[in-house]
Amino acid sequence: MPRITADHEACQGYGNCITGAPDVYDIDDDGVVVLLKDEIPESDRARVEEAARSCPVSALAVED
Amino acid sequence: MPTVVVVGSSVAGVRTVQALRSAGFAGRVVLVGEESELPYDKPPLSKQFLAGAWDTAKIRLLTAEQATELDVELRLGAAAERLDVAGKQLHLADGSVLDWDVVVLATGAAARPSPWPVGSGVHVVRTLADARALRADLADEGPVVVVGGGFIGAEVAATAHALGRDVTVVDPLPTPIGRVVGDEVGGHFTALHARHGVGTRFGTGVESVTGGAGDLTVTLTDGTSLPAATVVVGIGATPNDGWLAASGLLVENGVTCDEHCRAVDSPDVYVVGDLARWYHPGHEEHLRVEHWTNAVDSAVVAAHNIAHPDDLRAHAPVEYVWSDQYDWRIQIVGRPARATRHELVGTLDGDTARGAVLYTDDEGSLRGAVTVNWPKALVTCRRLVSAGAGFADAVAQVTALPPAKAAA
Repeated sequence: MPRITADHEACQGYGNCITGAPDVYDIDDDGVVVLLKDEIPESDRARVEEAARSCPVSALAVED
Repeated sequence: MPTVVVVGSSVAGVRTVQALRSAGFAGRVVLVGEESELPYDKPPLSKQFLAGAWDTAKIRLLTAEQATELDVELRLGAAAERLDVAGKQLHLADGSVLDWDVVVLATGAAARPSPWPVGSGVHVVRTLADARALRADLADEGPVVVVGGGFIGAEVAATAHALGRDVTVVDPLPTPIGRVVGDEVGGHFTALHARHGVGTRFGTGVESVTGGAGDLTVTLTDGTSLPAATVVVGIGATPNDGWLAASGLLVENGVTCDEHCRAVDSPDVYVVGDLARWYHPGHEEHLRVEHWTNAVDSAVVAAHNIAHPDDLRAHAPVEYVWSDQYDWRIQIVGRPARATRHELVGTLDGDTARGAVLYTDDEGSLRGAVTVNWPKALVTCRRLVSAGAGFADAVAQVTALPPAKAAA
């Protein structure tokens, strides 16, 4: 299954990922991304890839 | 196999080609760009790149290797000159012609040119070349005058200040950011400049700019003048739609589109990003939006619709834009400018500002929010605006958010 990763140092709290995939990404009280899951089914890949690419600082990735 | 030609190599164009592959489009994809540079991202050009903190590699949107992996043909350094809609051809300035089955127009917007042309020392910030030239000048000494107190102007002022330059921002509006957030909240943005020792001459226009780099004079409409070593003009942008004038497309401050990002009466022509004046079905009006997130979101919608023409999606986003100025991370969601009333949670004053301004209209729903140094509040408000939440409920939810443990 595709794996979700986040660079917590790079994250700036812009929050676009949460709009795109609220079931995968959230944000903590300090404005840093929180991963709600580590893996996603293949059928979710396109949607989560778009959410990851909506990050203005490229802090997110979907890996095989 | 069908061919999709994407015209424009900034974020809207790059995200379109990436989203086409994510959406399963298996045909030929060509990405055309006027600049010979590999695609790069623009928000850092007035901030981290301008400050010298990030290099060119850090702002790349697409490398040649990534293009190959995506099976996307790059045609960079090739300006689009003319679109033949009926003949389904794109004519490039180098004389070559590309055939397409679907074309995506993503030529964006250009910096509104300085009305005061002088020999040197006067800059706009839109392209990587612009930012490189300004970065080189900012390494010198002497005062900097920024003409335009909007987001770009304020970001450049903050960056130049951080580099040790004396900075003054000039704008004909008494409260430049007030256009976006209302005059009362806009006053806090003016105070942000003052708190960092950056001068503002708001409510005053520029009469002329004369001289050259290192020895410029900015004469204001009130008769006073400011000496400057460097002048930066940030007075907005205009859509790059001139090349489409003879295309037959409806061009009117951008290309007019339907809710599916398709040019009116030309369903094989999609338009994304700053160039699109599309019909927003939620707002029931045509809009042209120059925000990074709108460029990305419209690219995803267009790519989906190209790959799945029997399952068309509408582009109906809640507006979202951010700006980083001095020690403020500013995030704006929805349409604060259309509100009639607002309420502040937290504070926008002093060195530890952390606040959210929520906006409502006469109907009592949450219409938008402006947050400072509080991403959690922004995300909460973005969700609530999307859901059509009531104003009182939204204020209660934001008020109930825990304080930041890392508060400075």
